[in-house]
Amino acid sequence: MAKKGYDAGVKEYRDTYWMPEYEPKDTDILACFKITPQPGVPREEVAAAVAAESSTGTWTTVWTDLLTDLDHYKGRAYRIEDVPGSDDAIYAFIAYPIDLFEEGSIVNVLTSLVGNVFGFKALRALRLEDIRFPIAYVMTCGGPPNGIQVERDKMNKYGRPMLGCTIKPKLGLSAKNYGRACYEGLRGGLDFTKDDENVNSQPFMRWRDRFGFVQDAIEKAEKETGERKGHYLNVTAPTPEEMYKRAEYAKELGTPIIMHDFFTAGFTANTGLANWCRDNGLLLHIHRAMHAVVDRNPNHGIHFRVLAKCLRLSGGDHMHSGTVVGKLEGDRESTLGWIDCMRDSFIKEDRSRGIFFDQDFGSMPGMLPVASGGIHVWHMPALVNIFGDDSVLQFGGGTLGHPWGNAAGAAANRVAVEACVEARNAGRELEKESKEILTNAAKHSPELKIAMETWKEIKFEFDTVDKLDIQHK
Amino acid sequence: MSKVQDYPSRLGDNSSRKFETFSYLPAMNEKQIRQQVQYIVDQGYNPGVEHTEVENAMDNYWYMWKLPLFGETDVDTILAECKECHDANPDNHVRLIGYDNYAQSQGASMVIYRGKGFK
Repeated sequence: MAKKGYDAGVKEYRDTYWMPEYEPKDTDILACFKITPQPGVPREEVAAAVAAESSTGTWTTVWTDLLTDLDHYKGRAYRIEDVPGSDDAIYAFIAYPIDLFEEGSIVNVLTSLVGNVFGFKALRALRLEDIRFPIAYVMTCGGPPNGIQVERDKMNKYGRPMLGCTIKPKLGLSAKNYGRACYEGLRGGLDFTKDDENVNSQPFMRWRDRFGFVQDAIEKAEKETGERKGHYLNVTAPTPEEMYKRAEYAKELGTPIIMHDFFTAGFTANTGLANWCRDNGLLLHIHRAMHAVVDRNPNHGIHFRVLAKCLRLSGGDHMHSGTVVGKLEGDRESTLGWIDCMRDSFIKEDRSRGIFFDQDFGSMPGMLPVASGGIHVWHMPALVNIFGDDSVLQFGGGTLGHPWGNAAGAAANRVAVEACVEARNAGRELEKESKEILTNAAKHSPELKIAMETWKEIKFEFDTVDKLDIQHK
Repeated sequence: MSKVQDYPSRLGDNSSRKFETFSYLPAMNEKQIRQQVQYIVDQGYNPGVEHTEVENAMDNYWYMWKLPLFGETDVDTILAECKECHDANPDNHVRLIGYDNYAQSQGASMVIYRGKGFK
């Protein structure tokens, strides 16, 4: 025992939680926070405060502190760095002992790391930039219910990205008309169609009717094309009981894949559904509605790479990743960084891609990144180049908006993706020669030719809001 | 804008059936096929030849032609094996697989000889 008696009162956080000499253990959970302190608060003190408030500490000393070994359980701020390009923000690196967290519970990890501390008054802003999950913790999580390799074998898709399409309009179609839109896309050459995220079970189209008609569309398109097809049936629901009911019915129909919105529904629901999918052999597509609320502000919130890692541990076979080239946020280098976090077994620290730690996922399967949002055939060469084969390229308006309808739109995208893969394999530079590759493919595909004419001039060239932190002075 | 065109795929027409990667492109010429086989070799995949009657193309398992050519890197040898399979089964689809033994999956799979009734 260090000293005698209990001293009530307020101590500086740094006396207990700032430990620059600490060597993180292989079993620690490590976190990198970007902290913008209130003026006048020393950087060691804010880093220590974040460590304290996200682990064992509270604002004052309490006598029950002395009933435990706080030195074992506390989070430790062990390093501070300047944030390139910022005068007042710092990166604080904090190590948490693994026994602070319940096994296999992303919920528990996030409740600590991004809990009360985010409202702490001594900080102007706080952002969780990255987490390193030790392999010991990774092994307690279920992870993707199937993974990329199993999905390829089940769906019989090899050597190319898969193609999807979100059915539009987002809301308002009847179940039978909706199934028609799916059928047309699938018969034209898509691998998947998708429920939009806000399609759950509204009065205009109840879930059970939608599931039935869509399954019919899948089966007919399979017979017609001789290829395996799927549709992400959205089982996101107001309660877990209702979610499982919908999932059970999807399984009964023999459909290959269902879908869930992990962030609005929450990690508890998501982890449960992922376990259910593993038990029942269904693929799980994950949408990310609400993510941009927490991950877009460069100074406050949670970076998307953290959400991607958390989701991989919670479980999902597909996850939306942004497109780089379409209508939604995401710069190229950061996107490459987080798609590595989705797919690879080992990801090395790489600041040029925003990766702050080595991350070992061991034997945990990977997820397919889904590129979706404002993309069309002209983007295909860049998409194949950026995402490679292990991805789902998803064209909503870029399929359904074809002047000849969904089947033609689907065929245009399928011809384009195959032409790009062929050209890449033959050693050609996709992004440099994109026009020639597509124009040549269109000679044999009137559907592609019309698609190229329709979307010739559409670009989304806005500056990225959440950029990597780089020196600008 | 041109007039709307019908999408001609039909349940009753066998040639509407597809056979996965590259089946939406016209049949490749010899040079193009060689480039794709070279790609399979360059990736370090193990080549394997399979074939099937066209009506069974959706099955998980096609007939394996002999055994995969483990470690074979000579494009001519690989293509000769495809040809031999085609000569023995002229009506069938003949495909070349690139087994990726690290991913424990197929890194590539493409039909080299299209079966009877397929252009």
